[in-house]
Amino acid sequence: MIAYSLLIEAVQVLILLFAAPLFAGWVKTVKCRMQGRTYAGVFQPYRDIARLFSKEVILAENASWIFRITPYIVFGVTVIIGGIIPLISTDLPFAATADVIALVMLFAIIRFFTALAGMDIGTAFGGMGSSREMTIASLAEPAMLMAIFTVSLAGKSTSLTHMVQVMAQGELLLRPSLAFALLAFIMVHLTETGRVPVDNPSTHLELTMIHEAMILEYSGRHLALMEWASMMKLFIFSALGIALFCPWGIAPAEDFPGMLVAIVLLAAKLAVLGVILVLIETGLAKMRLFRLTEYLGSAFLLATLGMLSFFILE
Amino acid sequence: MPVSFAAQINSVMAALILLTAFGLLIQRRILGLLHLFAWQGLFLGISTAIVGYVTGVHHLFVSSILTLTLKVVLLPWILYALIRKLNIRKEIETLVNIPATMLIGIALVIFSYHLTAPITQLSSLVTRSTLAVALATVMLGLLMMVTRHHAVTQIIGFLALENGLFFAATSATYGMPMVVELGVALDLLIAAFIFGIFFFHINTTFDSLDVEQMAKLKEGD
Repeated sequence: MIAYSLLIEAVQVLILLFAAPLFAGWVKTVKCRMQGRTYAGVFQPYRDIARLFSKEVILAENASWIFRITPYIVFGVTVIIGGIIPLISTDLPFAATADVIALVMLFAIIRFFTALAGMDIGTAFGGMGSSREMTIASLAEPAMLMAIFTVSLAGKSTSLTHMVQVMAQGELLLRPSLAFALLAFIMVHLTETGRVPVDNPSTHLELTMIHEAMILEYSGRHLALMEWASMMKLFIFSALGIALFCPWGIAPAEDFPGMLVAIVLLAAKLAVLGVILVLIETGLAKMRLFRLTEYLGSAFLLATLGMLSFFILE
Repeated sequence: MPVSFAAQINSVMAALILLTAFGLLIQRRILGLLHLFAWQGLFLGISTAIVGYVTGVHHLFVSSILTLTLKVVLLPWILYALIRKLNIRKEIETLVNIPATMLIGIALVIFSYHLTAPITQLSSLVTRSTLAVALATVMLGLLMMVTRHHAVTQIIGFLALENGLFFAATSATYGMPMVVELGVALDLLIAAFIFGIFFFHINTTFDSLDVEQMAKLKEGD
């Protein structure tokens, strides 16, 4: 049944590519509604991407090959990550290539190249954005690894598909360790996808931006790829959260009707998650940069407490 | 309610107590500290009641109600009234910065887990696994008393430490005898009043509740 697996893999990547802008649009729409602003509809991100693709690329004179190749690397690696996380089925031939630790490393590759590209042109903003991004990453990554390790302990594996299988079929227990890991994961999720308490995705206010500062010099199809990749990153982190903490409904291997149900369930879960994300973003104010050590320190603390309470209490 | 389910809820309560202990450690604002302390008392009371229900040791219900009235309502209220009266508003200074305090706290939790692991293996009680959390709460309360130099915060640290001791008694032996618990509760209440009187005196003498100021009392050579 290798053909079936490959088909599922292809379906999953297509879902990732084309549902990610929709999810980003959904989050934006809900956010606008919540804050009493008018909104452009959930399909606006598609129009944005199409518009950016039709525009010409303007490169700075001193842009090196790193600057030109980064959008393709970032986009490509994001698609690879999307092929590893079980969105709708655990029957993924691609998932065998990477476990959750490799997954975190793939995210690090994206960050590495984006930061390099930010510094490549030599503008002040790019360098500032890159330096901030790396500072935050050095604090967020341990927290994320700890949170994922805690789930790995409960799922008895570091392979995502295996973890999802164990978690979805195991009996329902009250697990304080997973609750801690979930809290830590949400905090890291907000950090990694550049949401409000850490970074503001819609700001171009010079001194507060982090991710936007790094991609400030991009234009045309390069910018389109970067934007698309960052939408996919939001989608992937949300889907990863679902796979780790709410895997019920993800179809086991060779279950075609189950897969159709899984698609509907995924859409429903993502819709709810989008609303939660907006509630968090609307309820919090952006944090001062120097308070982020405490914020991410607490995420690390929660993840570690999760791991300890797995040993102590379970 | 089956025993295993009750044990699970008890574990969740233990986790929440540990979480509030860490919350106390990293919270800067004094009102936030009071709220967290009240929450810790609430989780402690619920946990005690659950243990009492599962084991059929009925005097635990009495200590649960004592905990709820004393640590969730009365003590936070007394401290709140004191804070209002002494007009304490500013953020609390810490001796060690907060991320470092968190790391020390994690180390303390690991240490107490290591320390209680042999006891846990010998014990056959439903609540045996929460003993490490109880010891960790004691340690974290102690850490809080050491790292803060504001009198009210130190008192809250002390009360959190007492919460940990109470939790340890519940998880190690299903609670102390009734007489002892009543005595401890009365002691706490009296202690709160004495703290209040001391706060007033420290505040009128030094114009601040920062205990660092007490170094001035040292006689010069």
